[in-house]
Amino acid sequence: MPNITFIEANGQSTTLDVPEGWSLMQAATANGVEGILGECGGSCACATCHCYVDDLMAKVLAAPAQGELDMLENVADERRPNSRLACQIKASAAMDGATVRLPATQE
Amino acid sequence: MSAAVEGHIVIIGAGQAGTQTAEALRSGGYTGAITMLGDEPHGPYHRPPLSKAWLAGEMGEAQLVMRAPEMLAKKGITLRTGVTVEAIDRAAQKVKLAGGEALAYTGLVLATGSTPRSLPLPGIGAPNVLPLRSKDDASAIAARLTTCAERSLPVLVIGGGFIGLEVAATARKKGLAVTVLEAAPRLLGRVLAPLLSDWYAALHREHGVNLVLDARIASIETDAAGEAIAVLMTDGSRHPCGLVVLGVGVAANDQLAAAAGLACDRGIVVDDCTRTADPLIVAAGDCTARQLADGSLLRLESVQNATEQGKSAAAALLGQPRPFTATPWFWSDQYDRKLQMAGLSGGADAWAVRGDMGGDMAAGAAFSIYHFRAGKLIAVDSVNSAKDHLQARKLLDAGVSPTPEQAADGGFDLGTLIPKG
Repeated sequence: MPNITFIEANGQSTTLDVPEGWSLMQAATANGVEGILGECGGSCACATCHCYVDDLMAKVLAAPAQGELDMLENVADERRPNSRLACQIKASAAMDGATVRLPATQE
Repeated sequence: MSAAVEGHIVIIGAGQAGTQTAEALRSGGYTGAITMLGDEPHGPYHRPPLSKAWLAGEMGEAQLVMRAPEMLAKKGITLRTGVTVEAIDRAAQKVKLAGGEALAYTGLVLATGSTPRSLPLPGIGAPNVLPLRSKDDASAIAARLTTCAERSLPVLVIGGGFIGLEVAATARKKGLAVTVLEAAPRLLGRVLAPLLSDWYAALHREHGVNLVLDARIASIETDAAGEAIAVLMTDGSRHPCGLVVLGVGVAANDQLAAAAGLACDRGIVVDDCTRTADPLIVAAGDCTARQLADGSLLRLESVQNATEQGKSAAAALLGQPRPFTATPWFWSDQYDRKLQMAGLSGGADAWAVRGDMGGDMAAGAAFSIYHFRAGKLIAVDSVNSAKDHLQARKLLDAGVSPTPEQAADGGFDLGTLIPKG
């Protein structure tokens, strides 16, 4: 299981063993990472699981699909080049050791 | 009520609205005790995937978990599952549980959800005639889908609403034969514009669903073991089946509230801030009927409504009323199409189509239907057009309206109409 670290805007850090195939949103919300809301349950419909991925994660990830890009246009906090939706990121072994940073607000 | 910073808030219901309320109480500064009572054996889980990715076998059971129980415990939220609430004693400020226990409360949240409707048909009680509402319902349907696949038996879906159509799409993805029986002349008749109903009918037929509109069901035929084996129609036709999924809507769980003397009208009547007439009691989610300024009642069954009313419920108990008046929105995934709806389209008298509805159902079809009433935009239904959807929510929130001509003109940037700041 890849080890992935979530760092909240206030510096709070949580490292989780995320089962492969799980979305980062799912792992974060089930395990009390408060900076991710995931209100729609992972359907790419609410844009409340916005995160900033590090270079390691970025290298592994496929480019976002149009639906994700459209949602990213409407995230609550600043959108950056490394902005993604955590519900669209499925954990894989290649992500072991990656870090995602969370914005100060999701709504 | 005064800010209940200490005390005991009891939440009846451990779904989306109940969980949201509990967490919003904590983030709002409430430091007293919180007890969340769920009647199911499970802790909070995500419902939307049940008819979609989860039923399709694309995600595991653990992935449905909304909050691990230990995470709730860490926040000082006591979760009790498998608990039946028998009555609310408002005079004594107590909730009575099955088994005789009574819980005293200083604030009470009703987040009791809804229950699938049934139909008065002979044979409806057969074990393979199933609604889809809870995780256990979904597990039972998943098991039956496997049996149907093994024995090459068709799946019958009664009701061409969102649940029925999502199940139909999922079952088709698995290669099963599927028939959808809809009593109305078109699909999703209460929520979609006629041309979008027709589009969805074509989409399902293209994917091989046998769609029967104006369907009149006479009875469900059962075998010697009591299992449903066919649905019989009033015209004498017969649809064999290995599973019948009932998707004919839900009814709000308002019995506890009604018995306690709270106003109910197809849901627990609440204001914009989720307050009932009892200052200690709020209600959130599917179980509510929100009273609007004109006195009419609005029933919404959606994740957005549950989360927003949950936040309002917590705020109301903390004495900081937070009205929920945002544009309602909803989504549905069927095949590779995401329908996103913003606003309420009832009473529309004109429509404009933006984008390409793709007469041949081409995979690239992406479009939105703008609903107007008396020249004013009231709702937008988007298919594979998240950008239109999000823009629509902003337009509707701001109360600004494009003309139907502007909406239909793909070259006109509707974003320019949204007030800045």
